[in-house]
Amino acid sequence: MAPTTYLYFPGCKISPFLPHYDTATRAVLGAFDIRLDNTELNCCGYPVRHQNVAASVLAAARNLAIADREGLPILTLCQCCFGNLKQAAYWLEKNAALRRFVNDQLDAEGLRWHPHIAVRHLLSVLAEDIGTDSIRARVIHPLKGVSVAAHYGCHALRPGHVVQLDNPLAPTIFENLISAIGATPMDWPLRLECCGHPVWDKNPTLSLKLMARKLEDARTAGAQVLTTACTYCQIQFETVRAAHPVEDDTPLPARLYPQLLGQALGLPPDVLGLASDDCF
Amino acid sequence: MLTVTVAYIALGICLAGLLWRISRWFLIDIDPASDDPSTGRRLAAAGRALLDALFSPRLFNLIRVFLWEVVLQGHLFRQDRLRWIMHVALCYGFLLLVLMHALDDWTAPVLFADYAPTRNPFRWLRNLLAALVLAGVIGTVIRHRTRNTIGHIRSHADRLVLLLLAIIIVSGLLLESSQILSPSIFAEMVEAYIGNDDPEEVAALGQYWVAEMGAALPPPRSGAIVYDPVAGQMAHEGYCASCHSRPQAAFLSYPVSRLLKPAAGLMDTLRIDIWLWTIHYLASCLALACLPFSKFFHLLATPVNLLARTAGPVAARPPALRPTRRALGLDACTHCGACNAHCAVAPIYQVIPNTRILPSEKLQGVKRQASTGAAVEVAALVEGSFICTLCGRCTQWCPSGIDLQDLWQASRRDLIRKGVSPFYERTASLSGSTALAPRSTLPGAPPASLGLTNRPETFWACVQCTTCTSVCPVVAASDDPQRDLDLTPQQIMNLMRLQLIEQALGCRMLWDCVTCYQCQEHCPQNVKVADVLYELRNEACRRRLSVAQAAATSIKKSKGPVPGK
Repeated sequence: MAPTTYLYFPGCKISPFLPHYDTATRAVLGAFDIRLDNTELNCCGYPVRHQNVAASVLAAARNLAIADREGLPILTLCQCCFGNLKQAAYWLEKNAALRRFVNDQLDAEGLRWHPHIAVRHLLSVLAEDIGTDSIRARVIHPLKGVSVAAHYGCHALRPGHVVQLDNPLAPTIFENLISAIGATPMDWPLRLECCGHPVWDKNPTLSLKLMARKLEDARTAGAQVLTTACTYCQIQFETVRAAHPVEDDTPLPARLYPQLLGQALGLPPDVLGLASDDCF
Repeated sequence: MLTVTVAYIALGICLAGLLWRISRWFLIDIDPASDDPSTGRRLAAAGRALLDALFSPRLFNLIRVFLWEVVLQGHLFRQDRLRWIMHVALCYGFLLLVLMHALDDWTAPVLFADYAPTRNPFRWLRNLLAALVLAGVIGTVIRHRTRNTIGHIRSHADRLVLLLLAIIIVSGLLLESSQILSPSIFAEMVEAYIGNDDPEEVAALGQYWVAEMGAALPPPRSGAIVYDPVAGQMAHEGYCASCHSRPQAAFLSYPVSRLLKPAAGLMDTLRIDIWLWTIHYLASCLALACLPFSKFFHLLATPVNLLARTAGPVAARPPALRPTRRALGLDACTHCGACNAHCAVAPIYQVIPNTRILPSEKLQGVKRQASTGAAVEVAALVEGSFICTLCGRCTQWCPSGIDLQDLWQASRRDLIRKGVSPFYERTASLSGSTALAPRSTLPGAPPASLGLTNRPETFWACVQCTTCTSVCPVVAASDDPQRDLDLTPQQIMNLMRLQLIEQALGCRMLWDCVTCYQCQEHCPQNVKVADVLYELRNEACRRRLSVAQAAATSIKKSKGPVPGK
């Protein structure tokens, strides 16, 4: 029996920049009787990894240690948070000097990093802990005939032996979830490529170019909607794109997976952060 | 006369200072753009906003916020009951002392027909208020010393305020104790109200005051006069009782006077009471003069900010109001540290010892940038500002209602405009600067890296097959990778194989890397390509910091002390 309470890890960006990811996720998980513990956590350490790996690992380890203290698995919505928590655990296990340093720091707050603290991404919780069959059974408004392009995102998928979400070269978890709500998952060449957001601050031209290539590819494959399960990817496809429109003929909206799932479960659009004419 | 002059000078400094500080609300702009509103427009916008608030249903909201947040300090109550008790005791204890004791010439007679500072219950009440303030000060000091959460930082400004309050209260209590004991004051009062016509009556009164009122008068010469308790009590009731109640009600200073009684003679010879009065008076005048220039200023700025906040977040206000709200926010910070306790990146401060990572200290940096533009400190502010993830928790928790989220975004825009943000820096200039960055070997210091780049084994397996380059989306997005990126991932691996780190650090590929890990996932030889690129960026950041620190040190040396330090 999968645990029904998770330590909720929305990350830093959702509350100020993507609040509907939070409300939609709470709504869909609530429908499956999943409880979320809201103990305050800190930055996952992903943004500072460019600058200082020890700072990044310490920030991640503090969250892991809090999860250990609370005795709950972590549930992340952002793939970068997920990836960095997993990477930190990997390097802590490998590198004794790093582990000693981190535990010395955590000790001041009575915390300690232990291996084997479960970190789950929303996609795994939905596909594995709840299960695609349970989802299928609960769908009351299947998205029949809607072609959905799954944008996987990078940091939950690679490096595969560290993050262990799915097969890093040929994943299926997202497509299975799309099928479960009655929609048609699209096969498209660039589905595993980067959204471009990691360099948005540093090199906006490159960032927009990477995004445009992906959108073009998904459109060519015949997708009606692109779906993500990552804070940064969605900010790129929703917020950045709205401020810097790429030339397109056919609109290709980006939806967070819990928005599509919520719609299939018959949840009200406003909870999902959708206008009624945004629904399929 | 002199004493009144000192008080008026202090008041003058206080009023001029208040005017100056308030004028800064309309002059400072932490995010100056080309269409910057003029001071006139800012004043007009603020006036309009005030009128809008007063003549609309929002008035009720203002009244509610005033009563609940300003008067009762509900924001503190919600966050931390113990701190609320300490702050309310300190704040209202001192405020009532100012009104009923410092200004008693004006306030007390209006409220109480029979007021005299040495009557009860006023004596008792004054001690009660002093006890509240002292309890608040002591509690705050204990809290400062015992809290060990990350980023609990105290500044000299915080200590100065507590020290001034402590000096005022303690000198006041000691003054009252010395006055209870003082034979000289007794003699002066006798001369002023009774005269010396009847030495027996005065002597009887003196005996009464020794027995009942705690005075430490020298014993009468033996045999000269017989003590008559009834006469003493009658004289007391006739001359003194209308202004003097029993001092035992002064539950702090009376016990202190008992402790000091053995030294009463010496204290009277030195007229310690006059010295204590001078200290008490001057410290109070100093506090008044310091009000606009110290943490005391939050008494004005924080309530104004809390009321302004009722109009909504800064970004939702008209452009001419935003710079004013930001300047007001900078002044409304009480340096309480609630933001630091909830800051998502505070743990990073444990590894990168830059206080500007912490919101309360970053605010000080923004303030200093806005008022002085201190170039030496900008590197630290840039680092702190861009480590911040803008999660918004500091804004949610700020008991002063400062829109910190908006402040951070405005300050970032300013830093980007000034060209000092970390995003556009090229590291080519770092080549050959290895000597600037010795690897940290101190015990307990954080590991400098995961130890990939400095070990040739990391790259031994690389056969230069170019798989990493061919799967790289950044390379694929460029028509001419050599022009746009300097080096491709496989070329960087080749340089690192030869341990030519200087050449690798300067290339643009390093900073355009999207960290997608395609290279590493696809590498047939399991070279940790993406992890190596991360580690190279870490190294470049460390060298850049060394360069910035060296530059700051040379500026300090050439220009002498840093302004404002």
